[in-house]
Amino acid sequence: MMRIFLIALALLFGSAAFAKDAAPLAEDEAVEQRLNVIAEELRCLVCQNESLAGSRADLAQDLRREVRKLIKEGKTDAEVKDFMVSRYGDFVLYRPPVKPTTWLLWAGPFVLLIIGVIALIVYLRRRGKVVAQTGTDHLSAEQQQRAAALLSEEDKK
Amino acid sequence: MMKFLLPLAAFLVLVVFLAVGLNRDPREVPSPLVGKPAPAFDLPQLVATEKRFAPKDMQGKVWLLNVWASWCVSCRQEHPLLVELGKSGIVPIVGLDYKDQRADGLGWLRQHGDPYVLSAFDGDGRVGIDYGVYGVPETYVIDKAGTIRYKQIGPVTPEALEQKILPLVKELNK
Repeated sequence: MMRIFLIALALLFGSAAFAKDAAPLAEDEAVEQRLNVIAEELRCLVCQNESLAGSRADLAQDLRREVRKLIKEGKTDAEVKDFMVSRYGDFVLYRPPVKPTTWLLWAGPFVLLIIGVIALIVYLRRRGKVVAQTGTDHLSAEQQQRAAALLSEEDKK
Repeated sequence: MMKFLLPLAAFLVLVVFLAVGLNRDPREVPSPLVGKPAPAFDLPQLVATEKRFAPKDMQGKVWLLNVWASWCVSCRQEHPLLVELGKSGIVPIVGLDYKDQRADGLGWLRQHGDPYVLSAFDGDGRVGIDYGVYGVPETYVIDKAGTIRYKQIGPVTPEALEQKILPLVKELNK
């Protein structure tokens, strides 16, 4: 029994000795981290709903390689983004810059919101006036008679 | 009357926006390179392997740079048109064999015909990145001074050729 236990133990630890730590995905951890941060902000042009970090498209892999190279050359994040924009346009940025051609894009939702709020205020004011003019005090004698008739009819049922 | 006109007007504006938006192709990303000098490169040629090609070799000519690859399916669609254009001699077409294997590229030209004055071989796709290539085929019209004047994304269609590319080439050649 003891022998079996020892053999089992030897096998267990023997195999453990062969196991290695998982190889790091990239040689330089810091570069990879910066790459991921930048690539999250960039659009993959092949699968347009994916970021460059998440895409497995061939072009995305090539572009990550280029970005990695730029980072290793000591370029700043802004310079890396300029590299991409000069080739593919503002479309690659998930956060497009504020400039005349993107004013509508940035301000559009707020403009619509303001129009909506103005429309709501105008509507409520008008409605307030209508309600004030046609309160119960302002019913004519004829109207009051009709209302009473309708109500008594309701009571009979 | 106003009560009905205003929502109707708002609705019509919305319809126009949606109609325009839905009819646009989201894959056609306008290139920032149009109007800029064609990025320089120096690559070996595909057929004459010992020779090289750089865009400045074409200086003084209006020319087309057509990015293609043997693995690219829609390149087959535009290829007969390019072969015809190549034969006509209206405008020289330079090929850029993008992310390809040399043997595959050569085989493709043998099989489908070679409309190019020469093809540069961009095996790792670096030059493609400089040109903002994101979907092969792409075609650039480059003027005598080496400025990119137009970029066709996707296959060259007979309409694009007749309505845009050829008139532009004609105008640039004046």
